[in-house]
Amino acid sequence: MTAVEDAPLSAAGNPIGFGRMHRKEDVRFLRGQGNYVDDVNLPGMLHSAILRSPYAHARIVSIDTSAALALPGVHAVITGETLAGLGLAWMPTLSYDTQAVLATDKVRFQGQEVAFVVADNRYIARDALELIDVEYDPLPAVVDAKKALDPDAPIIRDDKEGKTDNVVYEKWEAGDEAATDAAFAAADVVVTEDILYPRVHPAPMETCGSVAHMDPVTGKLKLWTTTQAPHAHRTVYALVAGLPEQNIQVISPDIGGGFGNKVPIYPGYVCSIVGSIVTGRPVKWMEDRSENLMSTGFARDYHMNVSIASTKEGKILAVKVDVLADHGAFNGVAQPTKYPAGFFHIFTGSYDYPAAYCAVKAVYTNKAPGGVAYACSFRITEAVYAIERIVDCLAAELAMDPAELRLKNLLRPEQFPYTTPTGWEYDSGDYEKTMRVAMGIAGYDDLRKEQAEKRAKGEYMGIGISFFTEGVGAGPRKHMDILGLGMADGCDLRVHPTGKAQVRLSVQSQGQGHETTFAQIVAHELGIPPEDIEVIHGDTDNTPFGLGTYGSRSTPVSGAAAALVARKVRDKARLIAAAALECAPDDLEWELGRWYVKGDPERGRTIQEIAMDAHSALELPEGVEGHLDAQVVYNPPNLTYPYGCYICVVDVDPGTGQVKVRRFIAVDDCGPRINPMIVEGQVHGGLADGVGMALMEVIAFDEDGNNLGGSFMDYLLPTSMECPDWELGETVTPSPHHPIGAKGVGESATVGSPAAVVNAVIDAISPFGVRHADMPLTPANVWRAIQGRNVRTDLAVE
Amino acid sequence: MQTPAPVDYAKATSVADALAKLQEHGEEARVIAGGHSLLPMMKLRLARPDALIDLNDIPELTGIRIEGTEIVVGAMTRHREILESAILAEHYPIFREAERLIADPIVRNRGTIGGSMCQADPSADLSAVGSALKGSAVVVGPGGTRTVPLREFHQGPYETVVGPGEILTEVRYPIRPGAGSAYEKVERRAGDWGVATSGVYVVVSGGVVTDCGIGLAAVGAEHYCSPEGEAALVGKEPTEENLAAAAAATAESCSPNADQRGPADYKKHLANELTLRALRRAARASQGA
Repeated sequence: MTAVEDAPLSAAGNPIGFGRMHRKEDVRFLRGQGNYVDDVNLPGMLHSAILRSPYAHARIVSIDTSAALALPGVHAVITGETLAGLGLAWMPTLSYDTQAVLATDKVRFQGQEVAFVVADNRYIARDALELIDVEYDPLPAVVDAKKALDPDAPIIRDDKEGKTDNVVYEKWEAGDEAATDAAFAAADVVVTEDILYPRVHPAPMETCGSVAHMDPVTGKLKLWTTTQAPHAHRTVYALVAGLPEQNIQVISPDIGGGFGNKVPIYPGYVCSIVGSIVTGRPVKWMEDRSENLMSTGFARDYHMNVSIASTKEGKILAVKVDVLADHGAFNGVAQPTKYPAGFFHIFTGSYDYPAAYCAVKAVYTNKAPGGVAYACSFRITEAVYAIERIVDCLAAELAMDPAELRLKNLLRPEQFPYTTPTGWEYDSGDYEKTMRVAMGIAGYDDLRKEQAEKRAKGEYMGIGISFFTEGVGAGPRKHMDILGLGMADGCDLRVHPTGKAQVRLSVQSQGQGHETTFAQIVAHELGIPPEDIEVIHGDTDNTPFGLGTYGSRSTPVSGAAAALVARKVRDKARLIAAAALECAPDDLEWELGRWYVKGDPERGRTIQEIAMDAHSALELPEGVEGHLDAQVVYNPPNLTYPYGCYICVVDVDPGTGQVKVRRFIAVDDCGPRINPMIVEGQVHGGLADGVGMALMEVIAFDEDGNNLGGSFMDYLLPTSMECPDWELGETVTPSPHHPIGAKGVGESATVGSPAAVVNAVIDAISPFGVRHADMPLTPANVWRAIQGRNVRTDLAVE
Repeated sequence: MQTPAPVDYAKATSVADALAKLQEHGEEARVIAGGHSLLPMMKLRLARPDALIDLNDIPELTGIRIEGTEIVVGAMTRHREILESAILAEHYPIFREAERLIADPIVRNRGTIGGSMCQADPSADLSAVGSALKGSAVVVGPGGTRTVPLREFHQGPYETVVGPGEILTEVRYPIRPGAGSAYEKVERRAGDWGVATSGVYVVVSGGVVTDCGIGLAAVGAEHYCSPEGEAALVGKEPTEENLAAAAAATAESCSPNADQRGPADYKKHLANELTLRALRRAARASQGA
């Protein structure tokens, strides 16, 4: 493994390989010169707006669009009935369910799409919405997932023939139930807790939207759209609409944050395509903030009953989780087909014990569809929260320090590769080392001393630990697909005659810094300076196929592809260099950026010289084609398993319930860091997410199904005022099966941090007898927890 | 992007001009100050005035000055100017304490005291401060100028005595030598509306509280104040016990509603807790501590 310090600097001062460098893409972003979907303006382009349901559950009696159509500047008003005529009123979701594009029979959540107006501009389109007369017959709404299975609950999905309940799926299991029950029966100590991971929303800075241009002459559809997975979207459009796939070009330009919110296909995208077909002109659809919060993919909504069994000395014996999953009105989650609960069954965490079991049941409710989003790594967020919360509950039960309890149970380095009781094969790790580094930065023992002194004075300080293991980089093709598309990624690399290169990727950046990171990976392998390498992504006509950016998979999958394609080019360069140097390829040795003759280092050819040779009149050996390029498809042999230890310190004011996050220490092990600055930036963002989810973020619903988090006045995101100065550390344990050992880090902090914050708050108020309270720990919820009151944070405050 | 309904716009150059333009555009015309409440409501189409009369270019409506025994704040004075005012800091630190917790610097750079008072949001911090200090409002209309006590200015949520065709031009606060003042607020996050707030002034003279004012926001305090809490304290020594009794009486006089910021009993508890904390600090300040 090349250490960061070893990378030589280019003439521009950038590392030719791994190391800190400013992001190449920031030049345009910082100057306001990014090109987002809403920046796309085409000649003759029309605008649009969506009429949404004010009701969570209602039958549609009639829709009168005549007044809207009569408004000057309105070009089309499309309803479910219009779409039904085209066979497009319903579309498949990424989980083999169906979702209404525009409602025909019923509306099933507040904010559901009912009609689509195409007009000269956004103002007219919005004015026209007010002229559409929809008569609704309101129905009782299913809001509480726990009541969705009541015998008298209204049936939400009566569009599905023979559907008589609100079950999405009855039972998905992992682990060994009998062995787990046996371990529980034999245990000294059993602790059980009902733990809710409430519904939250990724709330990317850029909302979702699209510009559709169906060329009426050529039949080619160009779709600029906010997608994290342009290739998968193209194939789905081809399958759904019956359009020939070569005639569909999906362009994902600059994307202002995704966090899984931009993986699904939304009705608005489909409507913009239909709008373009109907009007013969390009149509732009761009949702506003409330539409994004109320109708697009939320995250979590997992009601978890978690039990842990241990000896009285604190050796964990088994963990069991029973989950009730709220999927909303349509099952629209995106995750590998084989795993309807995502990767939740990684809940066994970072500890060594033999038995575990989970059973997950999913239900429909009258809420927006979704569940897998917000940097969750396919529900590992929920899994980490469950295990890290219950371990703290166990520590409280045993009156043992939660750090000591974790250290006692962490997997040991010699156990890797380690197969968990639910079937994951962790690739590598030295967990105790990472935990000791975090405790060292925190000054853990001193913090506990300070806490004891403060408690004696009636001050409530808390220390919370979270140790997480993630599984990212989906996935091995044979185990993982989405809608039948295997999760392998292509990568093309072309070195131009002057030695400058273009690398084409299937993954799409939403702000992760791909244009820099992937250039650095190629630089590391070929010795071409990163500023000489252009990263091309986000356009299906100009990039190879692949499944997209989510689940922290870009570096684990496409990063591996980029390294391997560069090695392929390096191998070809050797043959060409041998021809130029008139020696045998075996006589050549590689140093960064150059093949040279063994024993005669002065004789060699740089990669730039070889590039020119490859395109020149130089006679090449038999079987060696000219030019210097290559392509690969990378099928990962396993997931990668980044991990980390987070420690949070809070102060709680028991008189008001206010929480102040005083310190946050995050030690991540994601393998070698390609660009440490980018890694740290991702960690900072994820930690802020964690503070947000732990303390303020929630989308609750009242009993009528009204969304209580439909604007940024109601759905709170943390600001710099709530975030401390992050204290970061690292350990480096490479993945043994990844070409450069990198494990992915995009979601680690979001996955790992909420438990640390919650554990700290509960630790602070534990003198009041509190062992658990659900997120978000707003002042009101902390105050009620101190009073011993249990509250449902996902319902309206009473 | 959220888009408002069609609206006319006119820029006023003086108070007289603004009044004339209000007449001209009729009952559904509204004045716009900083616009940080009105414009979002218009974009959400919760408000749809026919016309906006812009007050932002009227110099006579801005500034903070002392007139006799009163501090006078022009209605178009920005939050930031209140935050940074040396006059207010000298006489009533409550302003700086409240302003530091109002929204964020971007809103404070633009939002005005007049806009905040007239919006009459039940959570408005400056309404609580104004009621605590027993100030008055100067309202100008076609019929002339009138002065209204701030404890009569608000008629209910989002409702004031300012009628159609009228404009709030000034807010006035009596100067009270020796007064201490303080503001307390619990918010879910910086910049959010308060879950509950309490602001007070206390004058301690000869070891006794001779005068005090208690203002509250977001807790269902009528006219943003608690005369009951004040009555419980005036004439008494500022002991912990007496302050606590006044805070309890204050909470008792509030009728908060449950919402996503918290249940009613919690807000009532906060009315008590925050009032007690504010009274302690204000009483100490009045005694020169």
